[in-house]
Amino acid sequence: MSAPRGDGTREAGGDGPAGALRIAAAVRAGERSARSVVEEALSAVASGDSDLHAFVTVTADAALAAADEVDRAVAEGRDPGPLAGVPVALKDNLCTRGVPTTCASRILEGWRPPYDATVVDRLAAAGAVAVGKTNMDEFAMGSSTENSCFGPTRNPHDRTRVPGGSSGGSAAAVAAGFVPLALGSDTGGSIRQPAALCGVVGMKPTYGLVSRYGLVAFASSLDQIGPFATSVADAAHLLGVIAGHDRADSTSLPDPDPRPDFAASVGRGVEGRRVGLCLELVEGCAPDVVARVRRAAEDLEAAGAEVSEISVPEFRLGLSAYYLIAPAEASSNLARYDGVRYGLRVDGPDVAAMNTATRTAGFGPEVKRRIMLGTYALSAGYYDAYYGKAQRVRTLMVEAFARAYRQVDVLLGATAPSTAFPIGERVDDPLAMYMSDVCTIPSNLAGHPAISVPYGAGDDGLPVGVQVLAPALGEELLFSVAAALEAAAPAGGGPGAAAPVGSGGPEGAGR
Amino acid sequence: MSGTEWETVVGLEVHCELKTATKLFCGCANSFGDEPNTNVCPVCLGLPGSLPVLNEGAVERAMRIGAALHCEVHPSVFHRKNYFYPDMPKDYQISQYDEPINVGGWLDLPDGFRVGIVRAHLEEDTGKTSHLGGDGRIHGADYSLVDYNRAGVPLVEIVSEPDIRSAAQARAYASELRAVLVAVDASDGRMEEGSLRVDANVSVRPAGSDTFGTRCEIKNLNSLRSLGRAIEHEAARQVALLESGEAVVQQTRHWDEAAARTVPLRSKEEAFDYRYFPEPDLVPLAPDAGWQAAVAGSLGLLPAQRRARLLALLDGAGDGEVSAAQADQVSAVVDQGLDDLVVAAVSGGAPARLALARAANEVAADVEAGRRLPVADFTKLVSMEGDGKLSASQSKEVLGELLGAGGGDPEAIAGQRGFEAMSADSVVAIVNEVVAAHPDEWGRFAGGDQKLMGFFVGAIRERAGSSFDGKAVSAELRRRLQEA
Amino acid sequence: MTGGAPDGHASPPPIGREDVVHVARLARLELTDEEVGRFTGQLAQVLAHAADVAALDLAGVAPTAHPLPLQNVLRPDEIRPCLDRQEVLDGAPEVEDHRFRVPRIVGDAP
Ligand SMILES: [Mg+2]
Ligand SMILES: [Zn+2]
Repeated sequence: MSAPRGDGTREAGGDGPAGALRIAAAVRAGERSARSVVEEALSAVASGDSDLHAFVTVTADAALAAADEVDRAVAEGRDPGPLAGVPVALKDNLCTRGVPTTCASRILEGWRPPYDATVVDRLAAAGAVAVGKTNMDEFAMGSSTENSCFGPTRNPHDRTRVPGGSSGGSAAAVAAGFVPLALGSDTGGSIRQPAALCGVVGMKPTYGLVSRYGLVAFASSLDQIGPFATSVADAAHLLGVIAGHDRADSTSLPDPDPRPDFAASVGRGVEGRRVGLCLELVEGCAPDVVARVRRAAEDLEAAGAEVSEISVPEFRLGLSAYYLIAPAEASSNLARYDGVRYGLRVDGPDVAAMNTATRTAGFGPEVKRRIMLGTYALSAGYYDAYYGKAQRVRTLMVEAFARAYRQVDVLLGATAPSTAFPIGERVDDPLAMYMSDVCTIPSNLAGHPAISVPYGAGDDGLPVGVQVLAPALGEELLFSVAAALEAAAPAGGGPGAAAPVGSGGPEGAGR
Repeated sequence: MSGTEWETVVGLEVHCELKTATKLFCGCANSFGDEPNTNVCPVCLGLPGSLPVLNEGAVERAMRIGAALHCEVHPSVFHRKNYFYPDMPKDYQISQYDEPINVGGWLDLPDGFRVGIVRAHLEEDTGKTSHLGGDGRIHGADYSLVDYNRAGVPLVEIVSEPDIRSAAQARAYASELRAVLVAVDASDGRMEEGSLRVDANVSVRPAGSDTFGTRCEIKNLNSLRSLGRAIEHEAARQVALLESGEAVVQQTRHWDEAAARTVPLRSKEEAFDYRYFPEPDLVPLAPDAGWQAAVAGSLGLLPAQRRARLLALLDGAGDGEVSAAQADQVSAVVDQGLDDLVVAAVSGGAPARLALARAANEVAADVEAGRRLPVADFTKLVSMEGDGKLSASQSKEVLGELLGAGGGDPEAIAGQRGFEAMSADSVVAIVNEVVAAHPDEWGRFAGGDQKLMGFFVGAIRERAGSSFDGKAVSAELRRRLQEA
Repeated sequence: MTGGAPDGHASPPPIGREDVVHVARLARLELTDEEVGRFTGQLAQVLAHAADVAALDLAGVAPTAHPLPLQNVLRPDEIRPCLDRQEVLDGAPEVEDHRFRVPRIVGDAP
């Protein structure tokens, strides 16, 4: 256990041999070839992923070609980009031109988009090398990565347990040391919760900070793409690359002038920062998780922050509002999977029968459940009571956050109510599964940024994540507090603690 | 209810395809008649991950339509209208629902009748489906093929109040609206290409009643003729039902032009439930006062103002009342966008009635060529005819050549063709000859038998050939009659 | 549909089997009898949890459709390159004559 340090400058992953910043610096300096870095990542996946199942598609040839291009740029004295040669994994709901993009759904099996998502373009322009697509809950609907047509992903810390979800593949790929960086999407906690369960850093940006163009929609007003990394500094670095206005997304925010420097914010410390330990974000959580959050608060206080307890009762309405809004938007977003233009078709005697046969065969039970729930919440006679009411709760949520942020600068709480649960435990109990998102949902409803930082292990030795929440566009604040937490984090559970997998994986204690 | 006088009540919904360069939410070309599925991108194909971005040019045109119809511009929100149909790539249509951009307003018909406008909102068009096998119609077909070039083309849907009271009035409304849409450069007005599509809400009620009857919505009205016929047939169908003691059932019906009847729309759904909700991929639209003022200021003259301008020119010419036929010519010239040509010719010295007649008849026969015709050439031609240097038939012939060649010097063309108008002397001489050759007929004519006017004109035309000037001839004949 | 349209802040009636069947039809999903039963139970459980929201009196609260208040996001009316037709059609289940082929259409468009 390292002692809390006020300057919050420790960058474990970033400075470690596998950290993204370290890799990029070495490649840019010509000390390491991008090809060797990428080959190492590919061989780690090849030897270690067969039982983890973090990836659903590995794009080895394209990755090596992209690495060679980075090496050529270095050799020719051209700028290879800030993430030169850094291997990244992409959640399989990010469109990649010519590469299968399935959302882990049978209905999109074999579909190869004719275009790249904006974030995919930006990563490539920064010199990062995409090595493959990661497993997820079908259409990002789930909290365990068990709802995948490819089968579940396993938690690198304990293969009998889930990695969390829906971005479980991306979280596991980083936790296992296959790649230093990955992208996920977070609609109700789908980056932060698996980050917590896998012991890595996971962050959801302010709604509109990162373009959604090319992210296959689950719930449009809640979805955001964000980074997974082994350190806060790496996450900030990756966000800097993917953030920024995009004309292809009407909900993309205009760029402030000057543009924020997320990476620079990491070392700013927490001296004088007001941190609110949010009671609603620990209530109902397992005692060992609560203990870790309280310990985090003490550590921040020791680092110079002013810590107080704060109550935001409206957060208790979040889960209900979320499970009306997200399915409603999803029911409409997923209508297009009708067997006409792309993906699966199951034939029928007429077009309506074909649509029905295709959708019935193509969607898994959780997706069907949410489509029906959302259709119901929008249907005649129920709109006002359900969808309309939930949209008003969203207003209450925004106002409640505003009140809280008059008293404190950031909120602190658990990311997930418990450590990773056993595979299969909650598959037949949707409500129990939905409860996994209770602490992460408020930030999605308000469109605010939040981050999960590994904070030691629970009583079972599995990772615990602590969540920091900040107001809209408070990313710099968020990263500085997260870095202070990272510097103070107890041993165990965090990056490097996963059981060793393959030759490229970090050696760790395991459990 | 037999013996009751019935009143037809009609409200129209007109879908107008906007004349933008690109589609409503993507940069694909908005172009009719291209190779199938060539104007498509991830957005208008509804590919997973794609997102819409609103076209400023479409908003501008929607605001022009609103301004021309005296609507108020409101802050507006796009909604999703959810239903499955293979011509709709996302299986929802992005449309404005309870917060449309244009609210309230009216349209005055040429006869002064005012029709209220409920709203004029923006939405996207669907793709185009062709039905193959079987009898080629939708219900008998074996399968269908879908082309998404039209998917996402911007539409403005203009909804009228149920103020219209007859088929003729509905046609007048559609025709005047079309002229307005063309005048504000929002639409090309081509009904035959589907760029204007009209649905009619039709009900009937006993004359004098102030409650509305149950209405039916009639679709598939793709010409003014269909619109008029469909309303007449539907009103008659409803009256027949009511007079036999049955009720009208509220439903959507299709107009079958060949069978001249309306038939109920066929649907698999027991009822449509569109589950409207605000489109989360778009943000609200609230044009500021500056933009609204700029749009209102750029409208130019509307058809009613254009007609008034021409009528004022005719009045100002001081050569008599405007006839019904001339009023029709005024409307036709305005509808075809040829009124600027007439106005310019008159201000260049050409006689107004003659300029109007040539524009409404000869130029209107080839509007595209008319738009290319240099104003100065047209002005000179009409002036020559007005001055008696060319006869009517010579003038028409020269105009034909001007239209074909995209302009030219009328005087030179007339010279090449050997055209010389009848001089005053030659008119007198020819009339003398003809009268002398037909003394009996002249006697009867002078005695008051007006039918013989045609006989003398015909005989004089035969002798005069291409230099025949009907106006000069009839003036000379009248002069002689008075002397006789 | 079971029950009538709820109004104000009265709790809506519980979801029943016929609602699930109706909603599945609207969403173009086919359910076995067994699935109808299971989904009815599961949806009822989620909606019961949402009763806290459904029961709130929020008449004076405006809805929030977007977390952040952007407006008037527009693009210029300029043509951008389209997709390659072959690439688009290569991904389609069935194509004929450069168009997407579908089984016969039974209902008219609404
Ligand atoms: Mg419409
Ligand atoms: Zn397009």
